[in-house]
Amino acid sequence: MSAVGVPEERWHALPLMVRRAVVAVVVGLLALVVLAPFSGFDPTALYTWLVFAALFVPPWERIRLIGKFIPALGMLGVVVAYPFYASSLYTIPVLGAFPSTNTGVTMLIYAMMALGLNVVVGYAGLLDLGYVAFYAIGAYSAAWFASQQFAGQNPDGSAKRSFHFLAIGIDPKLGGIHVTPWLLLLVGGVFAALIGMLIGLPTLRLRGDYLAIVTLGFGEILPQIARNGDNLFGQNVTNGPQGIVPLDTIGFGNTLHRALGLPANYQIASNSDSLYFWTAIVLVLITLFCSLRLRGSRLGRAWVAIREDETAASAMGIPLMRTKTLAYAIGAFFGGVAGAYYAIFTSSANPDSFQLNFSVFVLVMVILGGMGNVWGVLVGAAFLAYLDQAGLANTGAWLSDHLGLNLDVPKYEFGIYGIMLLLVMLFRPHGLIPEARRKLEFQIGVHDEPLYDEVADDAHVAGASH
Amino acid sequence: MAETLLEVTGLRKEFGGLVAVNDVDFKVPAKSIVSLIGPNGAGKTTFFNMLTGVYKPTAGLIVFDGTDVTGRPPHAVTQRGIGRTFQNIRLFREMTALENVMVGMHSHLKGGILSSIFGLPRVRREEAGARAKAQELLTLCSLKGHGDSYANSLAYGDQRRLEVARALATDPKLLLLDEPTAGMNPQESSDFTAFVSRLRAERGLTILMIEHDMRVVMGVSDRVTVLDHGERLAEGTPSEVQHDPRVIEAYLGSGAVSGTGSAA
Repeated sequence: MSAVGVPEERWHALPLMVRRAVVAVVVGLLALVVLAPFSGFDPTALYTWLVFAALFVPPWERIRLIGKFIPALGMLGVVVAYPFYASSLYTIPVLGAFPSTNTGVTMLIYAMMALGLNVVVGYAGLLDLGYVAFYAIGAYSAAWFASQQFAGQNPDGSAKRSFHFLAIGIDPKLGGIHVTPWLLLLVGGVFAALIGMLIGLPTLRLRGDYLAIVTLGFGEILPQIARNGDNLFGQNVTNGPQGIVPLDTIGFGNTLHRALGLPANYQIASNSDSLYFWTAIVLVLITLFCSLRLRGSRLGRAWVAIREDETAASAMGIPLMRTKTLAYAIGAFFGGVAGAYYAIFTSSANPDSFQLNFSVFVLVMVILGGMGNVWGVLVGAAFLAYLDQAGLANTGAWLSDHLGLNLDVPKYEFGIYGIMLLLVMLFRPHGLIPEARRKLEFQIGVHDEPLYDEVADDAHVAGASH
Repeated sequence: MAETLLEVTGLRKEFGGLVAVNDVDFKVPAKSIVSLIGPNGAGKTTFFNMLTGVYKPTAGLIVFDGTDVTGRPPHAVTQRGIGRTFQNIRLFREMTALENVMVGMHSHLKGGILSSIFGLPRVRREEAGARAKAQELLTLCSLKGHGDSYANSLAYGDQRRLEVARALATDPKLLLLDEPTAGMNPQESSDFTAFVSRLRAERGLTILMIEHDMRVVMGVSDRVTVLDHGERLAEGTPSEVQHDPRVIEAYLGSGAVSGTGSAA
């Protein structure tokens, strides 16, 4: 504020609502100035501004009990309704149109992964450069148990093995293992968590950079196994570079469809993308809820303590290995669920989706957004996933249309992330939306008071009595 | 003679060729205040680190409260009842004072992953209890009202006392204080001395501290042990040690008598 000539004290003396309204108006005007030359005046931009102003300017928190949830619930409503208005929104300058619902699904899946990695990196401070491995484990567990991968073949051409469990809408005679994808989300997570523990136990003894290098190796090894897994001891486990396609589709089946109106089969539904989108929202909400609850728990405190000072943490009775392994397992669990859902969504598990780049990409989401802060991580993940899926390609198209530059922008993707990361490290080292505690350090300042003045008198009495 | 809470026999630590602690025997009677003194580099902190499991001894035996804790990991030692502070303050800086103290209660709480996520009533009660106990400990250490301050925003002396509060939260039988009055002015040190006596009187704690300030050592200790070059040079009551010629020679140096006088 002092930058525009308003002294800090006078600004803070204004009522909260006035301050918020001023910020809202200034942001709105700025947006208008930026938008106008690009797309002229678009009423949807105005609506967007109105919705945000309505959610964040009025002092909702003064309403008892439900008040503080209103902005969050409002935002949730805005996100849930997204498929209905996505296509009619205004165009963002340079970045192009708002993401489609289909892109939105990927953004949400990435957000879920980033939240999982945030438990490991943000809470417990363990640098994991091989997180993609857990994503791969989740994806392959879904693929194994919901495809014809293990069908085998009898001499007469029929399937050798066939196992069905609650697999709705799958021909019972179809070979291979077919478990309902709903259960596989959980299975993918549990598998990833188990492998996470297995790998964590020997490696988590290492600190800092050494752990990073080991996880880096691990993140390279698993995709290689997936790529070469078409002949593991004579067994085709992963179907090699082709990957496993197609997977069973997710849905609630005809019975529930008729009784409750739930979608029978996502893949063939007319609003397929929206269904995947809403399911992904539920998964992200669960992840978010777990992250927040864990952060405030005994375990969350232990993680932050380890991040801050391992030696002091263990001197306070925290078993380091066990606590770190738990962080690793929980992070892996969410990565696994995200992987399983991604495999079901794309109906494939392919080793090419699990490159080292991807681990780094998810890590950048966490760092950019603000390590340890779930809201920052969500924003960072959604933004980077959008750039990855559509934004950069749109930028390329815009550059060639308007400036005649023939740049293949997505090719420079990691260079661009690198620059973004550098800028964030320089100007906002704790991320775009840092954890509250890190911001507070600057505001609280230092108290300086004499020592022991309160107890001194009683203490002398106590000392004299024996 | 009171029962012995901590008994160390032949404790030895070598770093490569360097013998940091050389076959030290050491005893701490229950409910006593014992000081460990010695010149810089005498091996005091190394000795502490072996007691708390940070270092594994090269040889020797540490028996605490009837159990052998030699070479056990730090968290296991803490769970047995040895709480400690550090020479250079090692608080969890980006946590509030209250959270710092609550971390100390880690091994006394039970909330697991699922019970925390689902917010079971048992866990809620446990957390509320821990919070209340943490507030009590903050009050005990004159940090009332600082509960929501971040540890690194506290004044130096407050940080020192927060470390004590955090160590007390582990519910120790033996409290190890590593140079607790370092950086304090004489008034603060004497207040701290009173605070330590009060801890023993009110909470039945046994206290072992490394201390450089002779006034604190002489004022509060029941027994004093002197380490020099990793070896136990002398052991006895404060006045015995004060008048031991070897101690005066090695530790206090020439002009020792006037040295102790000026410190007092």
